[in-house]
Amino acid sequence: MLKVRVIPCLDVKDGRVVKGINFIDLRDAGDPVEQAAAYDAAGADELMFLDITASHEGRGAILDVIARTAEVCFMPVGVGGGVRSAEDARKLLRAGADKVSINTAAVENPDVLTACADAFGSQCVVAAVDAKARADGSGWNIWTYGGRRDTGIDAVNYAALAVAKGAGEILLTSMDRDGARTGYDIGLLRAITGAVGVPVIASGGAGSTADLIAGVRDGHADAVLAASIFHFGEISVGEAKAAMSAAGIPMRLG
Amino acid sequence: MSSVVLIDYGSGNLPSAAKALAVAAGDPARVIVSDDPAVVARADRIVLPGVGAFAACMGALRERDGLVEAMNEAVRSRGAPFLGICVGMQLLATRGLEFAVTQGLDWIGGEVRLLTPSDDSFKIPHMGWNALSGSAHPLLAGLPDQPHMYFTHSYAFYPEDPSTVVASTDHGGTFAAVVARSNVAGVQFHPEKSQANGLKLLTNFLEWKP
Repeated sequence: MLKVRVIPCLDVKDGRVVKGINFIDLRDAGDPVEQAAAYDAAGADELMFLDITASHEGRGAILDVIARTAEVCFMPVGVGGGVRSAEDARKLLRAGADKVSINTAAVENPDVLTACADAFGSQCVVAAVDAKARADGSGWNIWTYGGRRDTGIDAVNYAALAVAKGAGEILLTSMDRDGARTGYDIGLLRAITGAVGVPVIASGGAGSTADLIAGVRDGHADAVLAASIFHFGEISVGEAKAAMSAAGIPMRLG
Repeated sequence: MSSVVLIDYGSGNLPSAAKALAVAAGDPARVIVSDDPAVVARADRIVLPGVGAFAACMGALRERDGLVEAMNEAVRSRGAPFLGICVGMQLLATRGLEFAVTQGLDWIGGEVRLLTPSDDSFKIPHMGWNALSGSAHPLLAGLPDQPHMYFTHSYAFYPEDPSTVVASTDHGGTFAAVVARSNVAGVQFHPEKSQANGLKLLTNFLEWKP
């Protein structure tokens, strides 16, 4: 039976971790590779790097991070942030990434997803969906440019389009919950998981193991992504997986 | 000391496979990354990686002059141990039915078809960690019972001869996770992404004496 994945996310800026984990035994708390190795040892099922480098000049740093991570972590590694084209994706995959998450570029031109899927296969193409509830409560809109621009596009419609265009997975982030640590937006998750046949990663809002459990049990997520609960060291990846398993969710343990 | 040739035909998982093989071999110098038919023809062992579509991968192999012939020479005539990974495993089939019918290497008879789970709660692609159930085989030696491996695929290899399926996995129906016949083997999952279990399987392959 396929297991639910726990995916720690590391925000990387100019090759350094911005929002990382506070493991006291790390020599360099800002080194993404050392943190990736710590998560690997802790039993993470997959890793996600989010490159929040603002400048074009700094983009090369993430390639070095990916390449060095692939030297020591033999687990699936995804990377997102600033991916505009199939050529950007190719560089990341050749550096050692297994998946490339595409956000703004795919919303503006969904054919980017098709170009990547044709070249590298749908299994490595993740459509990142940043969604925020509409004021009238009628649903959710897609926001781009790191959550700064409301596109007016309906999130459920976009997710279905992204899959039709070649995305093999959806990374679904609730902009309302991101950083709030009040739990995933279960209504949003259910709307998207009910609309697409590919795996959906829940993101944005996890503050406890109960939130991770709810994301899977109530939101029907196939994987749960979290940053801050692991970052602050309150819960280890192993503890999270054990709690999810105890709640009856199929997990890879040990 | 024997070496292993990792065939470089543009597959996306080549760098990860090379690094994992170097760790499994305990010596990076034992891993030769090449698409040179002369190198492949005299290889001690061969690993064929692969991600993406069946037809694209088979096309990339065939467009390298003499490469498929060199693989046949090493693996079929000389008996060099062979491991295909993911689409590299699927290419062992007689044919693939992804998009169009494409002829494979036909080293193990059978077809590559879309996974068709029993109900739509099973997502496609089959993506993530899943357990193997299988019989004893040198490639699985020393692994835990029902080991977890990392899968990411929508198509699977359905061999004609069930005895070539060494281990299977369930995703709303079973499919071949490990196939083997004499010196030819293939794995649907990604050992280079399966942490300790995957590295152990690669070490087993490097020590395999079929």
